[in-house]
Amino acid sequence: MRFLMTMNGGGPAADEQLYAEMGRFIEELAATGVLLATGGLAMEGSHAKATGGRVSFTDGPYAESKETIVSFALLDVRSKEEAIELSRRFWAIVKDGEGDIRQVYGPE
Amino acid sequence: MSVERTVEAVWRLEAARIVAALARLVRDVGLAEELAQDAVVAALEDWPVTGIPANPAGWLMTTARHRAIDRLRRDDRLKDKVAQLGRGLKDHEDEYDLDGDDLRDDLLRLIFMACHPVLPTESRVALTLRVLGGLSTGEIARAFMVPEPTVAQRIVRAKRALVGKSFDTNREEQLPSVLEVIYLIFNEGYTATAGDEWMRPELTHEALRLGRVLAGLVPHEPEAHGLVALMEIQASRTAARVDRQGRPVPLLEQNRGRWDPLLIRRGYAALLKAEKAGPPGPYVLQAAIAACHARARRAGDTDWATIAALYGALRTLTPTPVVELNRAVAVAMADGPEKGLEILDGIDGLRDYHLLPSVRGDLLAKLGRTEEARAQFARAAELTRNGREREALRRRSHSLGRHAGDQSAG
Repeated sequence: MRFLMTMNGGGPAADEQLYAEMGRFIEELAATGVLLATGGLAMEGSHAKATGGRVSFTDGPYAESKETIVSFALLDVRSKEEAIELSRRFWAIVKDGEGDIRQVYGPE
Repeated sequence: MSVERTVEAVWRLEAARIVAALARLVRDVGLAEELAQDAVVAALEDWPVTGIPANPAGWLMTTARHRAIDRLRRDDRLKDKVAQLGRGLKDHEDEYDLDGDDLRDDLLRLIFMACHPVLPTESRVALTLRVLGGLSTGEIARAFMVPEPTVAQRIVRAKRALVGKSFDTNREEQLPSVLEVIYLIFNEGYTATAGDEWMRPELTHEALRLGRVLAGLVPHEPEAHGLVALMEIQASRTAARVDRQGRPVPLLEQNRGRWDPLLIRRGYAALLKAEKAGPPGPYVLQAAIAACHARARRAGDTDWATIAALYGALRTLTPTPVVELNRAVAVAMADGPEKGLEILDGIDGLRDYHLLPSVRGDLLAKLGRTEEARAQFARAAELTRNGREREALRRRSHSLGRHAGDQSAG
Protein backbone atom coordinates (compact mmCIF):
# COMPACT_ATOMS: atom_id res chain seq x y z
CA MET A 1 0.00 0.00 0.00
CA ARG A 2 1.22 3.46 -0.72
CA PHE A 3 0.80 6.40 1.58
CA LEU A 4 1.55 10.03 0.95
CA MET A 5 2.82 11.80 4.05
CA THR A 6 2.82 15.55 3.84
CA MET A 7 4.14 18.25 6.12
CA ASN A 8 2.64 21.72 6.20
CA GLY A 9 4.33 25.06 6.71
CA GLY A 10 3.78 27.73 9.27
CA GLY A 11 5.93 26.04 11.86
CA PRO A 12 9.14 27.21 13.52
CA ALA A 13 12.14 27.54 11.21
CA ALA A 14 14.21 24.40 10.93
CA ASP A 15 17.75 24.58 12.24
CA GLU A 16 20.79 22.59 11.09
CA GLN A 17 20.27 19.91 13.68
CA LEU A 18 16.67 19.36 12.65
CA TYR A 19 17.65 19.05 9.01
CA ALA A 20 20.32 16.55 9.97
CA GLU A 21 17.90 14.45 11.99
CA MET A 22 15.25 14.56 9.31
CA GLY A 23 17.90 13.60 6.78
CA ARG A 24 18.86 10.58 8.88
CA PHE A 25 15.22 9.60 9.21
CA ILE A 26 14.72 9.74 5.45
CA GLU A 27 17.88 7.66 4.93
CA GLU A 28 16.51 5.15 7.40
CA LEU A 29 13.25 4.94 5.48
CA ALA A 30 15.18 4.33 2.29
CA ALA A 31 17.37 1.70 3.94
CA THR A 32 14.33 -0.25 5.07
CA GLY A 33 12.96 -0.30 1.53
CA VAL A 34 9.94 1.74 2.47
CA LEU A 35 10.62 5.10 0.85
CA LEU A 36 9.52 5.47 -2.75
CA ALA A 37 9.97 9.20 -3.23
CA THR A 38 10.43 12.32 -1.19
CA GLY A 39 10.91 16.00 -1.72
CA GLY A 40 10.51 19.54 -0.51
CA LEU A 41 8.19 21.83 -2.43
CA ALA A 42 9.17 25.24 -3.70
CA MET A 43 7.09 28.06 -2.29
CA GLU A 44 7.07 29.65 -5.74
CA GLY A 45 4.53 28.10 -8.03
CA SER A 46 1.12 28.64 -9.50
CA HIS A 47 -2.36 28.06 -8.27
CA ALA A 48 -4.87 26.88 -10.85
CA LYS A 49 -8.57 27.64 -10.65
CA ALA A 50 -10.90 26.31 -13.31
CA THR A 51 -14.54 26.83 -14.15
CA GLY A 52 -16.15 24.85 -16.92
CA GLY A 53 -12.79 23.92 -18.40
CA ARG A 54 -11.39 27.44 -18.42
CA VAL A 55 -8.50 27.89 -16.05
CA SER A 56 -6.76 30.89 -14.61
CA PHE A 57 -3.36 30.75 -12.95
CA THR A 58 -2.22 32.82 -10.01
CA ASP A 59 1.52 32.98 -9.54
CA GLY A 60 2.99 32.38 -6.09
CA PRO A 61 4.76 32.49 -3.78
CA TYR A 62 2.64 30.30 -1.57
CA ALA A 63 2.23 31.57 1.94
CA GLU A 64 4.06 29.36 4.41
CA SER A 65 0.91 28.72 6.30
CA LYS A 66 -0.43 25.79 8.26
CA GLU A 67 -2.52 24.86 5.22
CA THR A 68 0.30 24.78 2.68
CA ILE A 69 2.23 21.62 1.95
CA VAL A 70 5.99 22.13 2.13
CA SER A 71 7.26 18.60 1.75
CA PHE A 72 6.15 15.02 1.12
CA ALA A 73 7.22 11.42 1.36
CA LEU A 74 5.65 8.56 -0.58
CA LEU A 75 5.86 5.33 1.40
CA ASP A 76 5.47 1.68 0.46
CA VAL A 77 4.10 -0.03 3.56
CA ARG A 78 1.92 -2.98 4.46
CA SER A 79 -0.80 -1.21 6.41
CA LYS A 80 -2.16 2.13 7.52
CA GLU A 81 -0.84 1.36 10.99
CA GLU A 82 2.71 1.11 9.65
CA ALA A 83 2.30 4.46 7.93
CA ILE A 84 1.04 6.01 11.16
CA GLU A 85 3.90 4.53 13.19
CA LEU A 86 6.42 5.97 10.73
CA SER A 87 4.61 9.29 10.80
CA ARG A 88 4.78 9.22 14.60
CA ARG A 89 8.56 8.84 14.42
CA PHE A 90 8.80 11.71 11.93
CA TRP A 91 6.85 14.08 14.16
CA ALA A 92 8.87 13.06 17.21
CA ILE A 93 11.82 14.55 15.37
CA VAL A 94 10.09 17.64 14.00
CA LYS A 95 8.25 18.23 17.29
CA ASP A 96 5.81 20.97 16.17
CA GLY A 97 3.62 21.15 13.11
CA GLU A 98 0.87 19.52 11.07
CA GLY A 99 0.51 17.27 8.08
CA ASP A 100 -1.47 14.44 6.53
CA ILE A 101 -1.17 10.71 5.89
CA ARG A 102 -3.31 9.56 2.99
CA GLN A 103 -3.41 6.33 1.11
CA VAL A 104 -2.52 6.56 -2.58
CA TYR A 105 -4.71 4.21 -4.59
CA GLY A 106 -2.75 1.85 -6.76
CA PRO A 107 -2.85 -1.31 -8.84
CA GLU A 108 -2.74 -3.69 -5.90
CA MET B 1 -6.51 2.99 16.85
CA SER B 2 -6.32 -0.51 18.19
CA VAL B 3 -3.31 -1.41 20.30
CA GLU B 4 -3.15 -4.80 18.62
CA ARG B 5 -2.81 -3.31 15.17
CA THR B 6 -0.14 -0.94 16.42
CA VAL B 7 1.83 -3.77 17.97
CA GLU B 8 1.52 -5.70 14.74
CA ALA B 9 2.66 -2.71 12.70
CA VAL B 10 5.66 -2.05 14.92
CA TRP B 11 6.52 -5.73 14.86
CA ARG B 12 6.37 -5.88 11.09
CA LEU B 13 8.57 -2.79 10.82
CA GLU B 14 11.13 -3.97 13.37
CA ALA B 15 11.08 -7.77 13.32
CA ALA B 16 14.20 -8.17 11.23
CA ARG B 17 16.28 -5.82 13.32
CA ILE B 18 15.08 -7.14 16.67
CA VAL B 19 15.64 -10.76 15.73
CA ALA B 20 18.99 -9.86 14.19
CA ALA B 21 20.24 -8.10 17.32
CA LEU B 22 19.00 -10.92 19.56
CA ALA B 23 20.56 -13.53 17.32
CA ARG B 24 23.90 -11.90 17.88
CA LEU B 25 23.37 -12.11 21.64
CA VAL B 26 22.10 -15.66 21.90
CA ARG B 27 23.77 -17.05 18.78
CA ASP B 28 20.68 -18.93 17.70
CA VAL B 29 18.11 -17.76 15.19
CA GLY B 30 15.32 -19.94 16.55
CA LEU B 31 15.81 -18.77 20.12
CA ALA B 32 16.12 -15.18 18.96
CA GLU B 33 12.79 -15.37 17.17
CA GLU B 34 11.08 -16.91 20.19
CA LEU B 35 12.41 -14.19 22.49
CA ALA B 36 11.24 -11.53 20.06
CA GLN B 37 7.79 -13.12 19.99
CA ASP B 38 7.75 -13.12 23.81
CA ALA B 39 8.31 -9.38 23.71
CA VAL B 40 5.40 -8.99 21.30
CA VAL B 41 3.16 -10.95 23.65
CA ALA B 42 4.30 -8.75 26.52
CA ALA B 43 3.46 -5.65 24.48
CA LEU B 44 -0.02 -6.99 23.75
CA GLU B 45 -0.53 -7.47 27.47
CA ASP B 46 1.04 -4.23 28.77
CA TRP B 47 0.27 -1.52 26.24
CA PRO B 48 -3.53 -1.62 26.59
CA VAL B 49 -2.93 -0.86 30.26
CA THR B 50 0.10 1.44 30.26
CA GLY B 51 -0.54 3.04 26.88
CA ILE B 52 1.60 2.84 23.78
CA PRO B 53 5.17 3.80 24.74
CA ALA B 54 6.86 6.85 23.22
CA ASN B 55 9.38 4.57 21.52
CA PRO B 56 7.52 1.34 20.75
CA ALA B 57 10.39 -0.22 18.79
CA GLY B 58 12.81 0.51 21.62
CA TRP B 59 10.40 -0.98 24.12
CA LEU B 60 10.18 -4.22 22.15
CA MET B 61 13.94 -4.40 21.77
CA THR B 62 14.64 -3.74 25.42
CA THR B 63 12.01 -6.21 26.58
CA ALA B 64 13.37 -8.85 24.25
CA ARG B 65 16.89 -8.30 25.53
CA HIS B 66 15.68 -8.68 29.12
CA ARG B 67 14.15 -12.00 28.15
CA ALA B 68 17.40 -12.97 26.45
CA ILE B 69 19.28 -12.33 29.68
CA ASP B 70 16.76 -14.29 31.72
CA ARG B 71 17.08 -17.19 29.35
CA LEU B 72 20.86 -17.12 29.32
CA ARG B 73 20.99 -16.91 33.12
CA ARG B 74 19.37 -20.29 33.23
CA ASP B 75 22.29 -21.65 31.29
CA ASP B 76 25.28 -21.86 33.66
CA ARG B 77 27.81 -21.99 30.88
CA LEU B 78 26.85 -18.53 29.75
CA LYS B 79 27.22 -16.62 33.04
CA ASP B 80 29.96 -14.45 31.58
CA LYS B 81 27.86 -13.52 28.64
CA VAL B 82 25.08 -12.51 31.01
CA ALA B 83 27.40 -10.17 32.88
CA GLN B 84 28.34 -8.60 29.54
CA LEU B 85 24.76 -8.19 28.48
CA GLY B 86 23.68 -6.82 31.83
CA ARG B 87 26.30 -4.07 31.64
CA GLY B 88 25.31 -3.20 28.10
CA LEU B 89 21.66 -3.05 29.02
CA LYS B 90 22.14 -0.53 31.83
CA ASP B 91 23.86 1.86 29.46
CA HIS B 92 21.15 1.85 26.82
CA GLU B 93 18.01 1.25 28.79
CA ASP B 94 15.54 2.89 26.41
CA GLU B 95 17.79 3.49 23.46
CA TYR B 96 17.14 1.69 20.26
CA ASP B 97 20.22 1.85 18.13
CA LEU B 98 18.62 2.71 14.80
CA ASP B 99 21.87 3.39 13.06
CA GLY B 100 25.20 1.79 13.70
CA ASP B 101 27.31 -0.69 11.85
CA ASP B 102 26.56 -3.34 14.44
CA LEU B 103 22.96 -3.40 13.37
CA ARG B 104 23.83 -3.60 9.70
CA ASP B 105 26.13 -6.52 10.36
CA ASP B 106 23.54 -8.25 12.51
CA LEU B 107 20.93 -7.84 9.82
CA LEU B 108 23.22 -9.22 7.14
CA ARG B 109 24.05 -12.19 9.28
CA LEU B 110 20.40 -12.91 9.88
CA ILE B 111 19.57 -12.65 6.18
CA PHE B 112 22.28 -15.12 5.29
CA MET B 113 21.25 -17.49 8.08
CA ALA B 114 17.61 -17.45 7.08
CA CYS B 115 18.60 -18.22 3.48
CA HIS B 116 21.23 -20.79 4.43
CA PRO B 117 21.76 -23.26 1.58
CA VAL B 118 21.68 -26.19 3.99
CA LEU B 119 17.94 -25.57 4.36
CA PRO B 120 15.46 -26.78 1.73
CA THR B 121 14.09 -23.93 -0.36
CA GLU B 122 10.61 -23.84 1.10
CA SER B 123 12.11 -23.66 4.60
CA ARG B 124 14.33 -20.80 3.59
CA VAL B 125 11.32 -18.99 2.19
CA ALA B 126 9.20 -19.58 5.27
CA LEU B 127 11.94 -18.63 7.72
CA THR B 128 12.83 -15.52 5.73
CA LEU B 129 9.25 -14.31 5.66
CA ARG B 130 8.95 -15.05 9.35
CA VAL B 131 12.09 -13.46 10.81
CA LEU B 132 12.80 -10.84 8.17
CA GLY B 133 9.29 -9.97 7.15
CA GLY B 134 7.60 -10.51 10.48
CA LEU B 135 4.80 -12.48 8.85
CA SER B 136 2.82 -14.89 10.99
CA THR B 137 2.65 -18.59 10.20
CA GLY B 138 -0.94 -18.12 9.07
CA GLU B 139 -0.04 -15.29 6.72
CA ILE B 140 2.77 -17.33 5.15
CA ALA B 141 0.46 -20.32 4.78
CA ARG B 142 -2.23 -18.28 3.04
CA ALA B 143 0.33 -16.68 0.74
CA PHE B 144 1.62 -20.03 -0.48
CA MET B 145 -1.70 -21.82 -0.25
CA VAL B 146 -0.40 -24.58 2.00
CA PRO B 147 -1.80 -25.63 5.37
CA GLU B 148 -0.60 -23.67 8.38
CA PRO B 149 0.84 -26.74 10.20
CA THR B 150 3.00 -27.38 7.12
CA VAL B 151 4.51 -23.93 7.35
CA ALA B 152 4.94 -24.24 11.11
CA GLN B 153 6.83 -27.50 10.58
CA ARG B 154 9.07 -25.99 7.94
CA ILE B 155 10.01 -23.18 10.31
CA VAL B 156 10.62 -25.52 13.24
CA ARG B 157 12.81 -27.78 11.11
CA ALA B 158 14.68 -24.81 9.72
CA LYS B 159 15.44 -23.48 13.19
CA ARG B 160 16.63 -26.89 14.28
CA ALA B 161 18.86 -27.31 11.26
CA LEU B 162 20.51 -23.96 11.95
CA VAL B 163 21.48 -24.77 15.54
CA GLY B 164 25.25 -24.67 15.79
CA LYS B 165 25.71 -23.33 12.26
CA SER B 166 28.33 -20.66 12.18
CA PHE B 167 27.06 -17.11 11.93
CA ASP B 168 30.11 -16.09 9.98
CA THR B 169 28.97 -17.26 6.62
CA ASN B 170 30.85 -17.01 3.37
CA ARG B 171 28.80 -14.21 1.92
CA GLU B 172 30.25 -14.31 -1.56
CA GLU B 173 29.32 -17.95 -1.91
CA GLN B 174 25.93 -17.69 -0.29
CA LEU B 175 24.65 -14.50 -1.87
CA PRO B 176 23.07 -16.45 -4.76
CA SER B 177 21.04 -18.41 -2.24
CA VAL B 178 19.71 -15.20 -0.70
CA LEU B 179 18.86 -13.73 -4.08
CA GLU B 180 17.13 -16.93 -5.08
CA VAL B 181 14.90 -16.87 -2.00
CA ILE B 182 13.94 -13.26 -2.51
CA TYR B 183 13.16 -13.74 -6.19
CA LEU B 184 11.18 -16.87 -5.42
CA ILE B 185 9.00 -14.91 -3.01
CA PHE B 186 8.60 -12.20 -5.63
CA ASN B 187 7.54 -14.64 -8.31
CA GLU B 188 5.11 -16.37 -6.02
CA GLY B 189 3.31 -13.07 -5.71
CA TYR B 190 3.90 -11.85 -9.23
CA THR B 191 2.63 -14.83 -11.17
CA ALA B 192 -0.62 -14.91 -9.25
CA THR B 193 -3.40 -13.48 -11.36
CA ALA B 194 -6.03 -11.03 -10.20
CA GLY B 195 -8.75 -12.40 -8.00
CA ASP B 196 -6.38 -14.62 -6.05
CA GLU B 197 -5.75 -14.42 -2.34
CA TRP B 198 -5.13 -10.86 -1.17
CA MET B 199 -1.76 -11.94 0.17
CA ARG B 200 -0.23 -12.38 -3.24
CA PRO B 201 0.62 -8.73 -4.02
CA GLU B 202 1.91 -8.58 -0.47
CA LEU B 203 4.51 -11.17 -1.39
CA THR B 204 5.70 -9.04 -4.27
CA HIS B 205 6.06 -6.09 -1.93
CA GLU B 206 7.76 -8.15 0.74
CA ALA B 207 10.33 -9.36 -1.77
CA LEU B 208 10.87 -5.85 -3.11
CA ARG B 209 11.43 -4.46 0.34
CA LEU B 210 13.79 -7.25 1.30
CA GLY B 211 15.68 -6.79 -1.93
CA ARG B 212 15.99 -3.05 -1.35
CA VAL B 213 17.23 -3.63 2.19
CA LEU B 214 19.77 -6.19 0.99
CA ALA B 215 21.05 -3.94 -1.79
CA GLY B 216 21.56 -1.22 0.79
CA LEU B 217 23.55 -3.60 3.00
CA VAL B 218 25.77 -5.00 0.23
CA PRO B 219 26.09 -2.06 -2.17
CA HIS B 220 29.26 -3.50 -3.71
CA GLU B 221 27.37 -6.51 -5.08
CA PRO B 222 26.05 -5.89 -8.62
CA GLU B 223 23.64 -8.82 -8.47
CA ALA B 224 21.86 -7.44 -5.41
CA HIS B 225 21.11 -4.24 -7.33
CA GLY B 226 20.31 -6.28 -10.42
CA LEU B 227 17.67 -8.27 -8.57
CA VAL B 228 16.10 -5.10 -7.20
CA ALA B 229 16.10 -3.54 -10.68
CA LEU B 230 14.45 -6.63 -12.14
CA MET B 231 11.77 -6.71 -9.46
CA GLU B 232 11.03 -2.97 -9.61
CA ILE B 233 10.57 -3.09 -13.39
CA GLN B 234 8.48 -6.24 -13.33
CA ALA B 235 6.35 -4.83 -10.52
CA SER B 236 5.83 -1.69 -12.61
CA ARG B 237 3.66 -3.74 -14.98
CA THR B 238 1.22 -5.01 -12.34
CA ALA B 239 -1.72 -2.89 -13.45
CA ALA B 240 -1.31 -3.85 -17.11
CA ARG B 241 -0.74 -7.57 -16.69
CA VAL B 242 -4.32 -8.74 -16.37
CA ASP B 243 -7.38 -7.62 -18.28
CA ARG B 244 -10.79 -6.92 -16.78
CA GLN B 245 -11.72 -10.57 -16.98
CA GLY B 246 -8.62 -11.48 -15.02
CA ARG B 247 -6.89 -13.02 -18.01
CA PRO B 248 -3.12 -12.51 -18.29
CA VAL B 249 -2.07 -10.01 -20.98
CA PRO B 250 1.21 -10.83 -22.75
CA LEU B 251 3.97 -8.25 -22.43
CA LEU B 252 3.79 -7.08 -26.02
CA GLU B 253 0.04 -6.50 -25.80
CA GLN B 254 0.01 -4.62 -22.50
CA ASN B 255 -1.21 -1.05 -22.27
CA ARG B 256 2.07 0.65 -21.42
CA GLY B 257 0.25 3.71 -20.18
CA ARG B 258 -0.59 1.59 -17.15
CA TRP B 259 3.03 0.78 -16.34
CA ASP B 260 4.15 2.58 -13.19
CA PRO B 261 6.81 5.13 -14.13
CA LEU B 262 7.95 5.54 -10.53
CA LEU B 263 8.91 1.88 -10.26
CA ILE B 264 10.49 1.90 -13.70
CA ARG B 265 12.64 4.85 -12.71
CA ARG B 266 13.64 3.08 -9.52
CA GLY B 267 14.54 0.07 -11.64
CA TYR B 268 16.80 2.17 -13.87
CA ALA B 269 18.45 3.69 -10.80
CA ALA B 270 19.14 0.25 -9.36
CA LEU B 271 20.51 -0.93 -12.69
CA LEU B 272 22.90 2.03 -12.74
CA LYS B 273 24.13 1.10 -9.28
CA ALA B 274 24.61 -2.47 -10.48
CA GLU B 275 26.68 -1.32 -13.45
CA LYS B 276 28.86 0.83 -11.20
CA ALA B 277 29.38 -2.02 -8.74
CA GLY B 278 30.96 -4.52 -11.08
CA PRO B 279 30.54 -6.94 -13.98
CA PRO B 280 26.96 -8.10 -14.63
CA GLY B 281 25.59 -11.40 -13.44
CA PRO B 282 22.35 -13.13 -14.49
CA TYR B 283 20.05 -10.82 -12.50
CA VAL B 284 21.67 -7.70 -13.88
CA LEU B 285 21.31 -9.03 -17.43
CA GLN B 286 17.68 -9.95 -16.89
CA ALA B 287 17.08 -6.50 -15.43
CA ALA B 288 18.75 -4.91 -18.45
CA ILE B 289 16.39 -6.87 -20.69
CA ALA B 290 13.42 -5.71 -18.64
CA ALA B 291 14.73 -2.15 -18.89
CA CYS B 292 14.89 -2.46 -22.67
CA HIS B 293 11.21 -3.29 -22.74
CA ALA B 294 10.44 -0.50 -20.28
CA ARG B 295 12.19 2.06 -22.48
CA ALA B 296 9.97 1.30 -25.48
CA ARG B 297 6.90 3.53 -25.51
CA ARG B 298 5.11 1.05 -27.69
CA ALA B 299 5.81 -2.61 -28.37
CA GLY B 300 6.83 -1.68 -31.90
CA ASP B 301 9.63 0.52 -30.57
CA THR B 302 11.36 -2.34 -28.76
CA ASP B 303 15.10 -2.59 -29.30
CA TRP B 304 15.15 -6.30 -30.08
CA ALA B 305 18.75 -6.31 -31.25
CA THR B 306 19.96 -5.21 -27.83
CA ILE B 307 17.66 -7.69 -26.13
CA ALA B 308 18.99 -10.48 -28.34
CA ALA B 309 22.55 -9.49 -27.45
CA LEU B 310 21.68 -9.45 -23.74
CA TYR B 311 20.20 -12.93 -23.98
CA GLY B 312 23.41 -13.95 -25.70
CA ALA B 313 25.38 -12.65 -22.73
CA LEU B 314 22.95 -14.32 -20.33
CA ARG B 315 23.44 -17.59 -22.16
CA THR B 316 27.17 -17.63 -21.40
CA LEU B 317 26.37 -17.31 -17.69
CA THR B 318 23.29 -19.52 -17.49
CA PRO B 319 23.15 -21.69 -20.61
CA THR B 320 19.67 -23.07 -20.07
CA PRO B 321 17.19 -24.05 -22.78
CA VAL B 322 14.76 -21.41 -21.50
CA VAL B 323 17.30 -18.64 -21.99
CA GLU B 324 17.97 -19.96 -25.49
CA LEU B 325 14.23 -19.98 -26.17
CA ASN B 326 13.94 -16.34 -25.15
CA ARG B 327 16.96 -15.53 -27.27
CA ALA B 328 15.27 -17.16 -30.23
CA VAL B 329 12.25 -14.91 -29.77
CA ALA B 330 14.41 -11.79 -29.60
CA VAL B 331 16.55 -12.78 -32.59
CA ALA B 332 13.40 -13.54 -34.58
CA MET B 333 12.09 -10.06 -33.83
CA ALA B 334 15.41 -8.44 -34.70
CA ASP B 335 16.56 -10.54 -37.66
CA GLY B 336 13.50 -12.36 -38.93
CA PRO B 337 11.61 -15.57 -38.08
CA GLU B 338 14.00 -17.88 -39.96
CA LYS B 339 16.89 -16.87 -37.73
CA GLY B 340 14.72 -17.52 -34.70
CA LEU B 341 13.74 -20.97 -35.98
CA GLU B 342 17.40 -21.85 -36.48
CA ILE B 343 18.04 -21.21 -32.79
CA LEU B 344 14.95 -23.18 -31.77
CA ASP B 345 16.15 -26.15 -33.78
CA GLY B 346 19.36 -26.08 -31.81
CA ILE B 347 17.70 -26.29 -28.41
CA ASP B 348 18.30 -29.52 -26.57
CA GLY B 349 15.62 -30.41 -24.10
CA LEU B 350 12.36 -28.62 -23.29
CA ARG B 351 10.54 -31.49 -25.01
CA ASP B 352 7.53 -31.14 -22.74
CA TYR B 353 7.64 -27.39 -22.23
CA HIS B 354 4.64 -25.83 -23.92
CA LEU B 355 6.40 -22.57 -24.75
CA LEU B 356 8.72 -24.27 -27.23
CA PRO B 357 6.04 -25.34 -29.72
CA SER B 358 4.15 -22.14 -28.92
CA VAL B 359 7.08 -19.97 -29.98
CA ARG B 360 7.78 -22.21 -32.94
CA GLY B 361 4.14 -21.90 -34.00
CA ASP B 362 4.38 -18.15 -33.77
CA LEU B 363 7.44 -17.99 -36.01
CA LEU B 364 6.00 -20.44 -38.54
CA ALA B 365 2.77 -18.44 -38.71
CA LYS B 366 4.79 -15.30 -39.45
CA LEU B 367 6.44 -17.15 -42.33
CA GLY B 368 3.07 -18.17 -43.73
CA ARG B 369 3.74 -21.85 -42.96
CA THR B 370 0.23 -22.11 -41.60
CA GLU B 371 -0.31 -25.86 -41.43
CA GLU B 372 2.91 -26.39 -39.52
CA ALA B 373 2.06 -23.47 -37.21
CA ARG B 374 -1.35 -24.88 -36.44
CA ALA B 375 0.15 -28.24 -35.50
CA GLN B 376 2.61 -26.54 -33.18
CA PHE B 377 -0.09 -24.59 -31.35
CA ALA B 378 -2.16 -27.74 -31.02
CA ARG B 379 0.83 -29.50 -29.48
CA ALA B 380 1.49 -26.57 -27.16
CA ALA B 381 -2.14 -26.65 -26.02
CA GLU B 382 -1.71 -30.31 -25.10
CA LEU B 383 1.40 -29.62 -23.06
CA THR B 384 0.33 -26.69 -20.95
CA ARG B 385 -1.22 -27.31 -17.55
CA ASN B 386 -2.73 -23.86 -17.31
CA GLY B 387 -6.39 -23.81 -18.35
CA ARG B 388 -6.33 -20.24 -19.59
CA GLU B 389 -3.21 -20.82 -21.63
CA ARG B 390 -4.66 -23.94 -23.18
CA GLU B 391 -7.71 -21.96 -24.21
CA ALA B 392 -5.58 -19.24 -25.78
CA LEU B 393 -3.39 -21.74 -27.63
CA ARG B 394 -6.39 -23.67 -28.95
CA ARG B 395 -7.87 -20.43 -30.19
CA ARG B 396 -4.70 -19.60 -32.09
CA SER B 397 -4.60 -23.06 -33.58
CA HIS B 398 -8.20 -22.87 -34.75
CA SER B 399 -7.89 -19.36 -36.14
CA LEU B 400 -5.00 -20.52 -38.29
CA GLY B 401 -7.05 -23.46 -39.49
CA ARG B 402 -9.88 -21.13 -40.50
CA HIS B 403 -7.64 -19.00 -42.70
CA ALA B 404 -5.65 -21.87 -44.11
CA GLY B 405 -7.43 -21.47 -47.41
CA ASP B 406 -6.43 -17.79 -47.66
CA GLN B 407 -2.71 -18.39 -47.41
CA SER B 408 -0.85 -19.96 -50.26
CA ALA B 409 0.58 -23.09 -48.73
CA GLY B 410 4.30 -23.52 -49.44
